[in-house]
Amino acid sequence: MTSRSSLLPPDAASLRRPAVARLAWLMAGLGMLALLVIASIAFGARDVSLGDIVAALSGDVSTVSTAAVVARLPRTVLAIVVGAGLALSGAGLQAVTRNPLADPGIFGVSAGASLAVVSSIAFLGLANPYAYIALGILGAAAAAVFVYTVGSLGRGGATPLTLALAGAATTAACISLVSAILLPRVDILETFRFWQVGGVGGATWDRIGIVAPFLVAGALLCAVTARGMNSLALGDDVATGLGERVFRTRLVATAGAVVLAGAATAIAGPIGFVGLVVPHLCRLLVGTDHRWLLPFSAIVGAGLLVAADVLGRVVARPEEIEVGIVTAVIGAPVFIWIVRRQKVRAL
Amino acid sequence: MNATPAVAALDAVVAGRMRRRRRRALITGSLALAALLVFAVTLMVGNTFYPLDEVVRVILGQPVPGASFTVGELRLPRASLGLLAGFAFGIAGSTFQTLLRNPLASPDIIGISTGASAAAVVGIVVLGLGETAVSFLALAAALATAAAIYLLALRRGFAGARLILIGIGVAAMLQSVVNYVLSKAAAWDLQTAMQWLTGSLNGATWERVAPLAIATAVLVPLLLIEGRSLGALRLGDDTAAALGVRVRWTRVALILGAVALLAFATAATGPIAFAAFMAGPIAARLVGAGGSPLLAAGLVGALLVLVADLIGQFALGTRYPVGVITGVIGAPYLVLLLIRSNRSGGTP
Repeated sequence: MTSRSSLLPPDAASLRRPAVARLAWLMAGLGMLALLVIASIAFGARDVSLGDIVAALSGDVSTVSTAAVVARLPRTVLAIVVGAGLALSGAGLQAVTRNPLADPGIFGVSAGASLAVVSSIAFLGLANPYAYIALGILGAAAAAVFVYTVGSLGRGGATPLTLALAGAATTAACISLVSAILLPRVDILETFRFWQVGGVGGATWDRIGIVAPFLVAGALLCAVTARGMNSLALGDDVATGLGERVFRTRLVATAGAVVLAGAATAIAGPIGFVGLVVPHLCRLLVGTDHRWLLPFSAIVGAGLLVAADVLGRVVARPEEIEVGIVTAVIGAPVFIWIVRRQKVRAL
Repeated sequence: MNATPAVAALDAVVAGRMRRRRRRALITGSLALAALLVFAVTLMVGNTFYPLDEVVRVILGQPVPGASFTVGELRLPRASLGLLAGFAFGIAGSTFQTLLRNPLASPDIIGISTGASAAAVVGIVVLGLGETAVSFLALAAALATAAAIYLLALRRGFAGARLILIGIGVAAMLQSVVNYVLSKAAAWDLQTAMQWLTGSLNGATWERVAPLAIATAVLVPLLLIEGRSLGALRLGDDTAAALGVRVRWTRVALILGAVALLAFATAATGPIAFAAFMAGPIAARLVGAGGSPLLAAGLVGALLVLVADLIGQFALGTRYPVGVITGVIGAPYLVLLLIRSNRSGGTP
């Protein structure tokens, strides 16, 4: 019950926010994102001025500053697409499972992707980046199905507690297996230990190009089920009564969420809590209509990851703190806040 | 006329209690014997095999060519560390699980171990502290983490399920601290990293064993004595108080003792994955209900760590740290436990 009540606000009035207000929030989100993108390009080991940014964007790479801008562009774009993907994935998972704690990281989906990627490098010797990402998605899907099955066995069905615990167990199992595979292979380990932290620092246009089609496909799958997600929030029986094909909606939305999480994890490493925090924040601002919630989540998720990246670069200069660490430090308190808000019985 | 059946029933109850007590003693004794046996095997087996009599002579302090160094300086600290850490993890984990009446409330799942290892990593890698200072830093951090989780879970009364979920969140945050420090360590060596990610007995020295040994000697008797009230506490606070248990003092003593023991063990070996989580349920299953499962849990923990270390060292092609082995064993066990408790319909 609680999982539903947190998705549906207590009074119907907050479900129907005036379109003007939602549009205003959407514009504000976009404006915020634009500011963050400028900050992401401007800040770093060397700060550059707005003039340099304009010059670099018009093709001038003659000075160190404009060269820095060109180098920071792919990183910013990667943060945008990964953040948007993770937030969409979280919003989709929360709608499909009607569970306020759903998040690719907590569900063990990221760990599943890690295990698949590492095994593919170690055992199959895969060098083709497409295969690499496809396997990451496969691993993510396997972990998602496994965690949901384990979490929902039995009379109580999937409660937030059983799902979170099944996710924690799966994550632990995957991490142990990953260590077991990696330990004898020092050469892979060196690459992997930076990937494991979760970062967008190693972005190149090539890598973005590889992952982009997967992210677009996942986002489309989530987008076409946005209306269906609204029906799912009412419960399976009511949704069926309203003419919703519950199973198909759930399948398509889950597929979209898993593809997004798997692709994002394969390219940037496990980044936790973005998928958890962003949809909750957005629900407070634009309400629970998924046709608004999904795009707004994507914008805010992109903004959050860009902000985390900038923060990680500014706080520890000249060192960098990877985004995965920043999001965990920001996200875990929100997770705790959500848990505290829930009624005890349903937990 | 009525007396005879009543007396017979009483006799049956008494006989049952005696039988269960004998069974507990027998099983606890067998566990201790098995732990000792594996400890001896750990000392004998390695690149060179030393027979038992040479090992015993080394332990007694007599000089034995070759064995004095290999067994006395390398294997003995390692085996002692495994024995003590496993024992500590088992007892601490079981204390938490019994107090909170939930097998999932073990300190390695609810983030207390992660707090200790985050402090230890910072102490070693960033501050460059020695073994004893690291142990006390880990102790402070584990206590702070436990207090934070408890206070955060306290809202309109206390709920075990909320405590576990909050613990998972806290653990995620602290784990990112560990990951960050490790990824930034200037001279990144695999051994240190693996120790703090999954727990390892590699590089055991007497300096590392000493703080844990002292902590075990002080805290384990305390936990075992207070732990005798665990059976009564499980019936609820009011019943326990009526049975003569000083509820508040017992609970505080048990929690502080368990957290301290866990912190010292974690500072010495890193968070050996699932050692604290697995030992309690296995021990409870072996010795049955009634009475305290703590001693048996400690012995199961020691056995687990020693056997897993033997497997990690010699059974597979590469040498794996003990935490990888316990992790691979423990995670399916956790899933199994989840499925079983879901099936029975109760909260896990």
